[in-house]
Amino acid sequence: MAASEHPAVSKLRQAFGDKILDVYTFRGDTVVVLDRSVNVEACQLLRDDPDLRFDFLMDLTAVDYLGFGRVPRFEVVYNLYSFANNLRLRLRVPVPEEDPVIRTVTHLWKAANWAEREVWDMFGIRFEGHPNLKRILLYEEFQGHPLRKDYPVNKRQPLIGPIN
Amino acid sequence: MAQPRSLVSYGARDGMAMVLEDTLDPTTGLRMRSMLLNMGPSHPAMHGVIRIILQLEGEKVVDADVEIGYLHRAFEKEAETVRWHQVFPYTDRLNYVSPLINNVGYALAVEKLLGIDIPERAKYIRVILCELSRIFDHLTCIGPMAMEMGAMTVFLYCMKAREWVQEVIEDVTGARLTVSYCRIGGVKADLPEGFREKTLSAVSRVEEVVDEVDRLLTRNRIFYDRTKFVGVITKEEAISYGFTGPLLRATGVEYDVRKAHPYLVYDRVEFDIPSGANGDTYDRYLVRIEEIRQSARIIRQALDQMPPGSVHVKEVPEVVPGWLMVDTAKVGKTSRLPFLRVAADPTLEGSQKDFAPYVRSSERRVSLPPKEDVYGNIEGLMNHFMLIMEGNGIRPPVGETYMAVEGANGELGFYIVSDGTDRAYRVRVRPPCFYLMQALPRLIRGHMVADVIPIFGSINMIAGEQDR
Repeated sequence: MAASEHPAVSKLRQAFGDKILDVYTFRGDTVVVLDRSVNVEACQLLRDDPDLRFDFLMDLTAVDYLGFGRVPRFEVVYNLYSFANNLRLRLRVPVPEEDPVIRTVTHLWKAANWAEREVWDMFGIRFEGHPNLKRILLYEEFQGHPLRKDYPVNKRQPLIGPIN
Repeated sequence: MAQPRSLVSYGARDGMAMVLEDTLDPTTGLRMRSMLLNMGPSHPAMHGVIRIILQLEGEKVVDADVEIGYLHRAFEKEAETVRWHQVFPYTDRLNYVSPLINNVGYALAVEKLLGIDIPERAKYIRVILCELSRIFDHLTCIGPMAMEMGAMTVFLYCMKAREWVQEVIEDVTGARLTVSYCRIGGVKADLPEGFREKTLSAVSRVEEVVDEVDRLLTRNRIFYDRTKFVGVITKEEAISYGFTGPLLRATGVEYDVRKAHPYLVYDRVEFDIPSGANGDTYDRYLVRIEEIRQSARIIRQALDQMPPGSVHVKEVPEVVPGWLMVDTAKVGKTSRLPFLRVAADPTLEGSQKDFAPYVRSSERRVSLPPKEDVYGNIEGLMNHFMLIMEGNGIRPPVGETYMAVEGANGELGFYIVSDGTDRAYRVRVRPPCFYLMQALPRLIRGHMVADVIPIFGSINMIAGEQDR
């Protein structure tokens, strides 16, 4: 399906205009690149619009584009799925390195809670408004965010002992 | 009358804010205090390592928190440091109960990124093995779940049946759990001789056991009472939590990746998607039982439709020991080499030259050449070199794809980013039970401590996949 045929694309363009930075299709996946100022509104529209009904947040993750030399450095990626229309859509939202903050979507999908915690844990991107933003896979004393490209893969951290 | 005394008990070390306050029981006027109870991380009923912190009032679960990450092995970071093919052994260790589905999911994602197709026979092999894995996974869920409720017989029956499936998988892949059977562009080796008969016999024996389990559990008063309307979740909430797989289908949403986005040959086989109505533990059990039967149905159809491989070719080429072929090639006697087949090491059996075209893509830039060619002629050696050696390898185009398969627990997705080099730039796994486990506090709230065990069992958490 070409990007222009995807029903979500025209609705998003209509609602957010120049906040839509890019739209393309690669290997059959339609991708919309959004400005981070409208991430929650776009998600809300996609979820609640009666024609679109992207009711599944299948996955929420991030990518560190340091190796591409891209500015802004991070991208938060939403993989959405509409059960009613059997359609997938991917949203990519660039997040700059100096201010790695994006608004949470936990109030739209409960699935976002742990997924956003994992992104915080692994990439150090903060989610504004998240009810419980703490590390999930690693321990609280862990230094740094390991899936960032500048975190050395062979770096070791001291083992932590019991608290008392 | 004494005032209720509030106290801040210790929560988790990360400051989980569970304030335990004394409350007054409205009927008796007695002072009550809730307590914190740790289940896990090392507990016989915790499948894998996970910690559930329960806040209890008597036997009732008032609130709960889940702490995961005990089995974190940095899969996503490791996958960025090794070459595309070398990720397979890591994927075995995601959902270690159904490693073949992980293998297939990753292979399909990379193949989608490369835009290549694989031979028909390889597609059928993948489907058959995925369904065997699904049977294996569901048996591993139902058996222990029943055992934890006291049905030891069911557990033993399930383990017995699991072993038959395991034997077939072992025959094909050479390993029990760490299979690493898929390759980008196909599978490692063709099926062994007698696979069809063995699989059919295993599948029908498994079906008999499933019927036995059905008779033992489905209308069993104890099992019914302990699972019916226990751990209920509504359709809407399940969707919001990102549920997929048997847990979502138990709520009545018939979403199955195999039907919604058919991959491989799932659009050529007939099967039904079982679904429940109440979204409780009992329905999840029923959905799993029915899915085992549907998987058996898929396997039978796939075995019938599968195009023949070289196993069925009558003329067997001349077979020589591997060392002899290498020695002959070294002294330059290469004329007979194309017609020779090597008596390969048991781990390479089925991947020899006459098998390769049936199970691996003909795309030279992605699929590994058979070992005869690597040792026997310069083209094969170069081909091998270009795929294996440092600095070479498969080079998918710059871009990213998301590919989902139906894992035993739900949608298993791979989101892969490539920067055009021989290594993945990023491999993200969407683990189905990560999203399921998130809802555990919601599922157990209001139930008894004893109900935590069947509810947790019905989620079928696999720590390897959840923590990666």
